[in-house]
Amino acid sequence: MSLTNLIVIFVQAGILVNMMLMAAAYMVLAERKIAAWIQNRVGPNRVGPWGLFQSFSDVFKLYLKEDIVPAAADYKFHALAPVIAIGVAVTTYAIIPFSAPLLELDGVQYGLAMAPNMNIGILAVLAMTSVGVYGVALAGWSSNNKYSLMGGLRSAAQMISYELSMGLAVIGVVLIAGSLNLVEIIQVQTRGVWFVFLQPLGFLLFFITALAETNRAPFDLPEAEPELVGGYHTEYSGMKFGLLYLAEYANILASSAIMATLFLGGWDVIPFVDDSTILGFAPNSLPMVLLGHVAFLSKSFALVFVFIWIRWSLPRFRYDQLMNLGWKVLLPLSLVNVILTALGVLLFD
Amino acid sequence: MANITSNTESQRLTFWEKIYLPEIAKGLSLTFRQMLKPSFTRQYPEERWNPEGSYRGRPVLVLEEDGERCVACGLCSRVCPALAIEVRAAETEKDKERYPEKFEINMLRCIYCGFCEEVCPEEAIVMSKDYELVFGSQEEGILGKEKLLIPVAQLQDRLEFLRQWR
Repeated sequence: MSLTNLIVIFVQAGILVNMMLMAAAYMVLAERKIAAWIQNRVGPNRVGPWGLFQSFSDVFKLYLKEDIVPAAADYKFHALAPVIAIGVAVTTYAIIPFSAPLLELDGVQYGLAMAPNMNIGILAVLAMTSVGVYGVALAGWSSNNKYSLMGGLRSAAQMISYELSMGLAVIGVVLIAGSLNLVEIIQVQTRGVWFVFLQPLGFLLFFITALAETNRAPFDLPEAEPELVGGYHTEYSGMKFGLLYLAEYANILASSAIMATLFLGGWDVIPFVDDSTILGFAPNSLPMVLLGHVAFLSKSFALVFVFIWIRWSLPRFRYDQLMNLGWKVLLPLSLVNVILTALGVLLFD
Repeated sequence: MANITSNTESQRLTFWEKIYLPEIAKGLSLTFRQMLKPSFTRQYPEERWNPEGSYRGRPVLVLEEDGERCVACGLCSRVCPALAIEVRAAETEKDKERYPEKFEINMLRCIYCGFCEEVCPEEAIVMSKDYELVFGSQEEGILGKEKLLIPVAQLQDRLEFLRQWR
């Protein structure tokens, strides 16, 4: 580990964490604006032009609020839960392959992504989301409040149930790509077709399970106000609540980025053709790499838009309907998907 | 008795309805079309709402060229359900012989019912169109005569409404 390597890691980490926090803050604003447009009104438009500084005023307000901890709550875990939630969310960002590498220093290629070429890439992402369950369960338990406890338990059960189907949906992609390495998966898609065309059921399954993993409507019973007064984040105020909230949006962006990587071809700009020949730039040249970044981020943000759009259109699942869906519908469907994909790979490759 | 076995939702819906995906797609397209339609938001401090004549805003005293119309009879004070009006009469040289030396309406008690306007024999107190009331303290909420006297030209809409509908 040379000194340049270390410096580059710090710089990348700095940029990524900053980017994640800014993106999460602006996603809160985007959600408010999009919800407003769906409801025939305009969202926040006072704080900056088109309300663009609203996120800063929201975060600033959260910093200034008093940090109230219930007297009978277990303080260590109460403070630890948001840390776990946001730590896991940030760690996922290190693995996401934003684009091909941009710089070459000391013979090593560096790009915006920190460790995209990990040979267990997608497995590491799934592992991190599993650890994220701890954040929610601890938040619910340590608040010493029956609503929080119910919310935390329901959320933990929901996340664990839907993780199975998520993993199986990913197996379909891994079978076709032949590797768990995220960069390898994208390169197979660049040479061939995007996996969303080869695995439509897999894409749908991954999307639905991602909605459930991030506790997002219509699966947001753990934090639904009419049902649970706020669920696992009832007893949080000030910046701890801010962290839990930002962690939720960071998870949404991470899930969208993973979906863009696995199914929508990552940094590939045009679906069925070879980008370099059509656009006329060499594969690892600067314009191509920048275009790759733009393509990747556009796909991720388009999926974030779909997440937000779905939240404001569909009614919430009841808890038993939710568990029913996870175990009795999605799990068999994902198993069928794996079997069909395996048959396809055997017959056509 | 507890479990329903006939005419369940599972039996009433067709296959395509049961998988819910077409229904979800229809719902999503509806919300998407709503996004493209114009919004109905009024940009408040820049665009203010101008009420019609029938609107009951805060009660004000009518000010004509030579002073208020009020003769300090005290009927508004007696009829007010919230006991918000206080009047003290004094003598004057004008034809009307009485005038209110002190006329106070406590806006924190006022319920904007309009009884004072309805009972006044001189049409001297009317409900204006003013709905933007802000006070810095409770003392500032008790409005004296200077804040209550409004020239008759600004109250024409309400006076027209009263003429037509009373």
